Amino acid sequence: MASKNTIQLNGNEFSFEPGETILEVAAENSIDIPTLCHLKNTTPTGSCNVCVVEVKDEPDLLKACSTPASSGMVITTESPGVFESRKATIKLLLASGNHNCAVRGSDTTDWIGFQLSVQGNDQSDDLCPVWGDCQLQDLAYRYQVSAPVFDESKTPFPTETVNPFIVRDFSRCIKCEKCVKACNEIQVNNAISVGYKGSETKIVAADDKPLKDSDCVFCGECIQVCPVGALTEKDIRYRVRPWEMNKIRTTCSYCGVGCQIYLHVKDNRVVKVSGVEDTAPNFGSLCVKGRFGFDFINSPERLSSPLIRENGVLRKAGWDEALNLVADQFKSIITEHGADSIGVLTSARITNEDNYIVNKFTRAVLKTNNIDHCARL
Amino acid sequence: MAGLAAAFGSGAMTNTIGDIEDADVILVTGSNTTENHPVLSRHIKRAVSFKGTKLLLVDPRRIKLAGFADMWLRQKLGTDVAWLNGMMRVIISENLYDQEFVENRTVAFDDLKKTVEKYTPEYVQEITGINANDLKKAARLYARAKAASIIYCMGITQHTSGTDNVKSLANLAMLCGNMGIRGGGVNPLRGQNNVQGACDLGGLPNVFSGYQPVTDEAARNKMENAWGVTGLPDKIGLTATQMIPKAHDGELKALYVIGENPLVSDPDLNHAEKSLANLDFFVVQDIFLTETAKMADVVLPSKCFAEKEGTFANTERLVQRVRKAVEPPGQALDDWKITCEIGERMGFPMSYQSSRSIMDEIASVTPSYAGINYDRIEQNGLHWPCPNENHPGTPILHQSQFTCGKGNFHAIEYRPAAEDIDDEYPLYLTTGRVLYHYHTGTMTMKSEGLNERVPDCFVEISSEDADKYKIKNGTMVTIASRRGNISAAANVSSKAVAGTVFIPFHFAEAAANRLTNAALDPVSRIPEYKVCAVKMSKSA
Repeated sequence: MASKNTIQLNGNEFSFEPGETILEVAAENSIDIPTLCHLKNTTPTGSCNVCVVEVKDEPDLLKACSTPASSGMVITTESPGVFESRKATIKLLLASGNHNCAVRGSDTTDWIGFQLSVQGNDQSDDLCPVWGDCQLQDLAYRYQVSAPVFDESKTPFPTETVNPFIVRDFSRCIKCEKCVKACNEIQVNNAISVGYKGSETKIVAADDKPLKDSDCVFCGECIQVCPVGALTEKDIRYRVRPWEMNKIRTTCSYCGVGCQIYLHVKDNRVVKVSGVEDTAPNFGSLCVKGRFGFDFINSPERLSSPLIRENGVLRKAGWDEALNLVADQFKSIITEHGADSIGVLTSARITNEDNYIVNKFTRAVLKTNNIDHCARL
Repeated sequence: MAGLAAAFGSGAMTNTIGDIEDADVILVTGSNTTENHPVLSRHIKRAVSFKGTKLLLVDPRRIKLAGFADMWLRQKLGTDVAWLNGMMRVIISENLYDQEFVENRTVAFDDLKKTVEKYTPEYVQEITGINANDLKKAARLYARAKAASIIYCMGITQHTSGTDNVKSLANLAMLCGNMGIRGGGVNPLRGQNNVQGACDLGGLPNVFSGYQPVTDEAARNKMENAWGVTGLPDKIGLTATQMIPKAHDGELKALYVIGENPLVSDPDLNHAEKSLANLDFFVVQDIFLTETAKMADVVLPSKCFAEKEGTFANTERLVQRVRKAVEPPGQALDDWKITCEIGERMGFPMSYQSSRSIMDEIASVTPSYAGINYDRIEQNGLHWPCPNENHPGTPILHQSQFTCGKGNFHAIEYRPAAEDIDDEYPLYLTTGRVLYHYHTGTMTMKSEGLNERVPDCFVEISSEDADKYKIKNGTMVTIASRRGNISAAANVSSKAVAGTVFIPFHFAEAAANRLTNAALDPVSRIPEYKVCAVKMSKSA
């Protein structure tokens, strides 16, 4: 006899809180149920059908993401029936658009024709831009699915490239609606929604306008949650491959929220920024500056050598020359006018360690308390 | 910050970003949150949209949050003390305040009560333009909430009455017992990544790291022992806004500026420019040759955040790691390394292995950071105060008592802004940021995409003023104040309120701060960026 608020998952008993879904209980207990459409902290759409599980005494498979756990449920997450169902679902999704990864092509004789048609669409002779960073591809590999080319009809909607940040490639959209959930329930920017019906379904902004003419604020949350190649960063699409980048975790340097970010680096250049999920303060979310405003790092205008003013113009100098000049000038000004004739503006942009050192330098070396920063400005 | 420190004993956000979603009511004032703190604003929008939280917005501009607000009050610029006193009068007279909290946790309630007495809703309506009935409703909404959070930013502080505004917000929160609980508190949003850290680590004229006063002999002795020096100065130093006039008068001879661009961000720029030109010796340390750096005698190239190891402290006092991802350009060095090299050349040993060893020294001399080290914050940050290595950090301040013991009410009278409109300068100007740019644009304007979204400066005006001045969207207009003038395209917008124009201050070529007033708050020395008088004409 099952006790109150417990379910059985793959033969083991787990407790749950009323209102939790099967998927949530499984996730809490490290039982993997694959899904393409579920987005944490949003209401489930149940649109992808991948997360189905077998529940004892239920005639049909149930979606784990939208079925609440109820006492006494006996659930199997990977039965032969579940396996076959997921395989069929993935096959349909894979065949539904321009999913031109090698997985897709492995059992079709018409791969070349398909690839050529996608190339025409994308003006690139490469495989899918998110090859290697695609959840659909991962699942196709995991369940050993390949898809036939049903037809090569062009997708009904052209790719949107008219804004500076995000490429919307409808030919690779699997209509999972994760981007809609991210926009409306995570960032609450309410810029995109599900438009049209049936096979004409399209994720639209405003009255099916380009993003740049809608309420979109280009936070890029939609890119971050897109499980496939439908939403990508314009800058690196087809230019930088997922496996070419190293990820380094750090803290964003714009406003005071302190979002946790990954800097994606290729050849000593930051080429992409993404949010670190599952951790405070931002739980993966970013804004347009944090996600897309990183060009300054590698700007050719960065200062690369000390400069000294000579005859009214700044010229390049070595460190020793510049530092000696500064030290000598500070010393002679202190001797002549006293320490309080020097002021130091430290910075809200530099690190704690940098600030501490400037504080120590000002007070212990210059011997003045004339130190401040732009908190007031 | 001075205002909160006077009320609570600590001048930082009292609660965390995450617990905003636990508030029953959120009062946002002087913060255009969706543009300046977008990722934080999502918590406000989520709370309102999905958790039944009520949003009370007090802001003259129709900012995006107005669309989420249950109540939106549009005060006249610079009248915040008046409506806050008015709300408190309603709350006290209708007995909606938290008597137990006021009795047990605060002092000077009677002074407050006496002062707010005259701020009747009708009197407040005269000063602020806020309808008397709306003020009553807003007061009841805030007072009846189980947990109410106050969120504010530079729209509150950048006034000559900024400290008074902040003290008034603190008064309101204490009056209703909204301190030390989840979803409550008084929460100033920091506009720059490490304002909190710069304040925490001694980047202020009156305190060493951890807010230890330079006027306190014990604190000076402690730092002298730790640093191996004698004779640390005991006199409070100059603020940034005092240094500029002193440079102008010739009293300040040299200035060492690190990672700041006062020649776009300072008030009354024409005056600031002359002041800097008057220096005998001017050093700038930065990642770009900014408007400010172009005036320097020596420019020192530093690494940017992506090239550094270290930590930032965010707006909620969370100390988090910064890690090196790429090599710096050319000869650029860590800021601390450059400063240490100057110190060494002045005969003072300042040699560190790494930023990690600097953090260890910080922990040894800074009580609120004593328990913080790189190993502990490898995965997740720690909220200070964190007094020892076993302490879990302090997400919510003032839970059982205030940092200063009991909370101080401050009886405050409304004072008008330093500059009012008149026949010659009949419009108010207020300034701020836009979503796509950051501060003086040094960083964001290197991104083509961000420039494409907002390429140039603009003057946001209401349709009423557009009609009155016969100005269309895109018309070039000249805005002049007593201090200077700039030209930019008009942006006729429903965000604007009639009689007030808004200009973003990011753009050096049409710098809003050529117009702004350098009049300072007497305590915090913050300039009155948010109100001045201007006139508008079509550009020739």
